[in-house]
Amino acid sequence: MMSLLKGDRGGQIFLVLLTVLAVLIPIFNLIIPEGSAFHVSTYTVTLLGKYLAFALLALSVDLVWGYMGILSLGHGAFFALGGYAMGMYLMLQIGDRGVYGNPDLPDFMVFLNWEEIPWFWHGFDNFWFAMIMVALVPGLLAFIFGALAFRSRVTGVYLSIITQALTYALLLAFFRNEMGFGGNNGLTDFKDILGFSLQSDNTRIALFIASAIALALGYLSCRAIVVSRLGRVAVAIRDSEDRVRFIGYRVDRVKLAIFTFSAVLAGVAGALYVPQVGIINPGEFSPLRSIELVVWVAIGGRTTLYGAVLGAFIVNYSKTYLTGVAPETWLFALGALFVFVTLYLPNGIVGLLKRKGGKA
Amino acid sequence: MSHGHLFSFGRGVFFLAPIFSNQDVLVMSFFSMKNRILPFLIISLILLFSSSSFAETTNSESFKQALELLQSKSYNKKGKAIEQLVITKDERVQPILEAMLKARLFYTKEDKITVIGKKHDDGFSLVSVLDQKDLGVLSKSKLKKIKVNNKLRGVLRASIATLSLSSPDADKRLSAVKQMLGKTNDTGIAFLKAHLKSEKDTAVREKIETLISINDLNSSDKAVKLAAIKTLFNDLNPETRNQLETLKDSDDAEIATASQNALKNIQKKLGFYEKVNTVFFGLSLGSVLVLAAIGLAITFGVMGVINMAHGELIMLGAYTTYVIQQIMPNHIGLSLVIAVPAAFIVSGSVGVLIERLVIRHLYGRPLETLLATFGISLILQQAIRSIFSPLNRAVETPSWMSGALEINPALALTYNRLYIIFFCLAVFAFLYLIIKRTSLGLSVQAVSQNRSMARAMGIRASRVDALTFGLGSGIAGIAGVALSQLTNVGPSMGQDYIIDSFMVVVFGGVGNLWGTLISGFTLGIANKFMEPWAGAVLAKILVLVFIILFIQKRPRGLFPKKGRAAES
Repeated sequence: MMSLLKGDRGGQIFLVLLTVLAVLIPIFNLIIPEGSAFHVSTYTVTLLGKYLAFALLALSVDLVWGYMGILSLGHGAFFALGGYAMGMYLMLQIGDRGVYGNPDLPDFMVFLNWEEIPWFWHGFDNFWFAMIMVALVPGLLAFIFGALAFRSRVTGVYLSIITQALTYALLLAFFRNEMGFGGNNGLTDFKDILGFSLQSDNTRIALFIASAIALALGYLSCRAIVVSRLGRVAVAIRDSEDRVRFIGYRVDRVKLAIFTFSAVLAGVAGALYVPQVGIINPGEFSPLRSIELVVWVAIGGRTTLYGAVLGAFIVNYSKTYLTGVAPETWLFALGALFVFVTLYLPNGIVGLLKRKGGKA
Repeated sequence: MSHGHLFSFGRGVFFLAPIFSNQDVLVMSFFSMKNRILPFLIISLILLFSSSSFAETTNSESFKQALELLQSKSYNKKGKAIEQLVITKDERVQPILEAMLKARLFYTKEDKITVIGKKHDDGFSLVSVLDQKDLGVLSKSKLKKIKVNNKLRGVLRASIATLSLSSPDADKRLSAVKQMLGKTNDTGIAFLKAHLKSEKDTAVREKIETLISINDLNSSDKAVKLAAIKTLFNDLNPETRNQLETLKDSDDAEIATASQNALKNIQKKLGFYEKVNTVFFGLSLGSVLVLAAIGLAITFGVMGVINMAHGELIMLGAYTTYVIQQIMPNHIGLSLVIAVPAAFIVSGSVGVLIERLVIRHLYGRPLETLLATFGISLILQQAIRSIFSPLNRAVETPSWMSGALEINPALALTYNRLYIIFFCLAVFAFLYLIIKRTSLGLSVQAVSQNRSMARAMGIRASRVDALTFGLGSGIAGIAGVALSQLTNVGPSMGQDYIIDSFMVVVFGGVGNLWGTLISGFTLGIANKFMEPWAGAVLAKILVLVFIILFIQKRPRGLFPKKGRAAES
């Protein structure tokens, strides 16, 4: 592990901070009594857990965009698919505690007068099967999509636009009630996970820690890819695809491998996100959402990995803060931030920090 | 004949019941069993023919009587009063019946004068129906409305139609005949046949003849029936189809085969017109797509700028239309005409501003422009939300945009769709001429093909950039004017078009105006052809999947750029 982080000062700092956070937050929440200045509310824990899931998602975008030059405007789709796989598991855990009290069918299916559970829901009552699907479904979609796109050498802007078309098509599809994923309302009203109530503080803390561990592992695995030969070829592809091809590398395979891995990472992030916010709906597929997460990466600073994490935290924190304090200004601020960062901070906040550090 | 059976004739018989005794109804429904009858016609016509000789002398007297009868509370008596009015053939009758239908017929509580009222601030301004005298304004409390129920409304509509048959205006006569379609009976037909002798207008004649033929399908005479089937061989009226459907199982083999053949022919024609209709719908949807995308074809296609704020420039155009309508609320049609150049200027100047302030610094970095313009789109959206409201605004449609061009009973082209197609083609032609025939267009092409060479030739590239971007943005504004007539105008309306626009441009081939036009129409028509069996949403998904797969096969779209420019 140490060899992975050699020369990665930012990564070292990030992992230390993450560890500190993962240890201190549970203590502040569970041990320090309410009313104390150091007490961290469960609401905050869940909020931080959500940010961690977003950070993992941002990481997956940075891997393909920063290191391979593929600007995916459809990564939200992989995130949402992972979320839906988790949501399906949680939905089946409700059992007969739903509004209609049907032990076999989730509420929305009873509402739509369905007789039995559709075939693609089978197996999702098993946690481990669902977890495999969390990785498999986004991975498979990315694999098929990537195999087609990279082999026919769709690049640059065109690739961005068809990834956008992909997530838009999925958005429309998941809005349909006939798809069997709850339509407009999505999946919600979850009760418990692996037998533990989702409402309890302990479960929330567990989910928070799980998110932190996933983010750390995600970071390390991305880092492992980046420093490997595969990663270096990817960077070469980003800088000059044709040359890499002429030298004799199978560009499409390199792209496909990293793109698929990135989609799996996004799916895992979605699966961590859903139990913490308690809902997954087609809105997660909206192209706007995907663009937004690209912006997290841009603001944090791409091609550093930890910059993506930083960006996800900063943008989402300011979103939470501003929409609470002055909802009118949020879009102004976000819009202005995009323009400002792309114009004056091409390397994001990390780039700014590095420049400051270099001068000092 | 059971009582229950009576109701199966529909409203025709049903609303007769209070006017006539039960026995009368039975008799009448007996001779028009297969038709839905318009009872007032029968009565009024029987009376018309029988009493015409001494009608002249008693007309004014019976007109007055009928008016008095109209003030009674009983709907039966009101029904009789309407018959009586129709028989008088008095020219004052039609406005009375129309006013009654619109619940604008009153009588004064004091003098019991029957009046037609017009809404006024202090009640109603009144005109007496008997002598057309202006009675000034009276408050609502001093008036009694002559109420109508649903049965009377049917009687009123049909009476107005009969009266319109004697109108000197051929269009009115035509629509009157159309009103009678499927509602006539033997007596009505007799009346129409009598009218046919004096009818000069060919369109009205044809319509009446069709009506008579449809009626002949019920004739007991086999020869008449066969002749009617023959004349209706190409007729597309739904009534004809209904009648033929019942005849195709006829016991008589000759009639059965004849009507089956006719039906087959009619079905074939209907199928054809349905396809024409689908193409028309597809063209109009395609026009919307082309309008939304054509500005992007300039900014994205020619300049290579991924302008995510394109949808918001469309929105600005729509809001410009809204504002101009607010300024001149009494001239909706004119405001629309003014809105076109105004929207071009508003969106165009915002476009130039965006280019000068932001995009200028980002040339050669297409993915960064995507992010920056996305930021701009958020700012524009929020600005509109703060200035106007987060809610949708209502933009009115001028009257000449509503209605339809009826080509035949199976095919009616709505005017708003027709206008949008023509408007789209006009905008395209305008843009095409600018690019191909003006010196600005020449500079635009030169800069997009080889920037440094163009500059060496003395073209001020950065100025051309700003103007090109302004042109594309202005066209987006014009598209907004058109879209304001079709969809909701709200702060997030631009979002609905941005993805479609990109799809159209990419599918058509970046940097190719013709490609955008053809791709927009192709996608529109494909969408509409898939909708009947796939549903609107699934059709759209299929189109998106198709584009994704198509890009794999032809990564540069339908009509790619050729030569060196394609490499960059």
